[in-house]
Amino acid sequence: MAFWIASSPHNHVQNKTSALMRLVIYATIPGILTQWYFFGWGNIIHIIMAIATAFAAEFIVLSLRKKPIPLELFDGSAILTAVLLGVSLPALAPWWITIIGVSFAIVIVKQLYGGLGHNPFNPAMAAYVMLLISFPVQMTSWQPPSSLMSVNLDFINTLSVIFTDFTKEGYSVAQLRMHVDGVTMATPLDTVKTNITLGMTVTESLNNKIFDQGLGIGWLWINIAFLVGGLFLLFKKAIAYPTPLSFLATIFIFSFIAFLISPDTNPSTLFYWFSGATMLGAFFILTDPVTCATSIKGRIIYGCLAGVLVCVIRKFGGYPDGIAFAVLLCNMAAPLIDQYTRPRTYGH
Amino acid sequence: MSIPAEYKELAWQGLWKNNPGIVQLLGLCPLLAVTSTVVNALGLGLATLFVLICSNATVSAIRQWVPKEIRIPIFVLIIAGFVTCVQLLMNAYALGLYESLGIFLPLIVTNCAIIGRAEAYASKNPVKQASFDGLMMGLGFLAVLLILGAIREVFGQGTLFDGADLLLGEWASVLRVEVFQLDSQFLLAILPPGAFIAMGFLIAGKNKIDHIISERQPAKEEKSIERVRVNFES
Repeated sequence: MAFWIASSPHNHVQNKTSALMRLVIYATIPGILTQWYFFGWGNIIHIIMAIATAFAAEFIVLSLRKKPIPLELFDGSAILTAVLLGVSLPALAPWWITIIGVSFAIVIVKQLYGGLGHNPFNPAMAAYVMLLISFPVQMTSWQPPSSLMSVNLDFINTLSVIFTDFTKEGYSVAQLRMHVDGVTMATPLDTVKTNITLGMTVTESLNNKIFDQGLGIGWLWINIAFLVGGLFLLFKKAIAYPTPLSFLATIFIFSFIAFLISPDTNPSTLFYWFSGATMLGAFFILTDPVTCATSIKGRIIYGCLAGVLVCVIRKFGGYPDGIAFAVLLCNMAAPLIDQYTRPRTYGH
Repeated sequence: MSIPAEYKELAWQGLWKNNPGIVQLLGLCPLLAVTSTVVNALGLGLATLFVLICSNATVSAIRQWVPKEIRIPIFVLIIAGFVTCVQLLMNAYALGLYESLGIFLPLIVTNCAIIGRAEAYASKNPVKQASFDGLMMGLGFLAVLLILGAIREVFGQGTLFDGADLLLGEWASVLRVEVFQLDSQFLLAILPPGAFIAMGFLIAGKNKIDHIISERQPAKEEKSIERVRVNFES
């Protein structure tokens, strides 16, 4: 009698790409719902448009490249890219922002480099940076939380703003961003940054209406929701813990020291953690298995680098938030990090 | 009158097969930096063309007397002389364009497409062929600049020939074509990354055309005799 002898490795992981991608997409749902609760329908409309565009772009490129279309079209990576980009766009950005951004992400950043697994940059963040640099006005028109807006934006009105730049009553995006007393409301990070350059202390700027007990209304809960989604991914072992851990720890160290030295010009660690895209970046962007470093030591360095860059950009840079720029710079550094943190072969 | 095969080959090499812009990839710095509009591209392309013809002719004319050891400094000196001529002429007659080209006009001196032609062709061939080679290489470079400029101008600001009066005089402002109305400029196309992306697509397009042409041609039958190599020592 003959036994069936297989060569190593003997234990196989049965997970497929599509299952992993689906899990990550599910994990973004709490964050998206929180966004919907605080900022209205805008992001959901953008996400739906983004997914449709991603499918179209992916289909066209795959058929040009003569690739197996059903297999690669439904592996979920294009949808994930679209969702991540849709989440990070300003809710009231015009429709063509999404179309251009997603096409750029799929066609140029992902497929021209060889498709999933070959792209050196995170497609969603590369597209975000491209949009931010190309269309600075549209990409910085962040909407204030719905509870503070003087105009009630329902679903139809949001659609109308996104597609025609005006609500049915004729309010423009600039008017929508104003408070009843005629002051344009910026994001928490932007407000604090601008006020510091104007010579105000952080405590003074936190008196602005967009803050509630020192943290931005809505932004706190969005970040908590993404944190919950991220912990779910960690629990499911879909992402590796070193990157988000070292990223958040680095931000903690940097902001804590800065806060201790000069509390008037530096917001607290909690503010750094729970505003902007910190949690989204930590758990959903930086952990992208394609563009991240691969070894544990490498991922710790990668997360640290991203944390330092985010803090430096937020504190000294020209933009209020720096997750996207930090992620792109880290993506560039990832091969080098891999080169120097190659684990020793077993037995040497 | 028939054109000698040598000139045909030179034209083919300069314009397509060995194009300095998209095949040799020489002179990328000005190519990518100034092609944000068609007019800028045209200005720089014409300047490069002029310098290339003159330097090729001069290098070829004095090739008997140039010592091999110091040929590069001499070539650079000749090119720099012609670039200075172009720069002064442009400063005098097309000040607007001169200002918008900025540093990239004097930088033609370091354009490796020019020194490459001087070294590879002009220093070994007679004046007539060398000047013709300069003309064709320059035209090839100019064509790439123009195409790139047109792509970036249309995507970036939705116009063509914007600012043509800077180069050609007042009457040329009627040349400006508004392809489509853009509310906001697409800055990516105007900034250098847009140039790199458009350049990549141009090269890909050229390779694709070459590929199609080579597929259309009947495959040559290989009639080589397979020989078994016995003696592995040599």
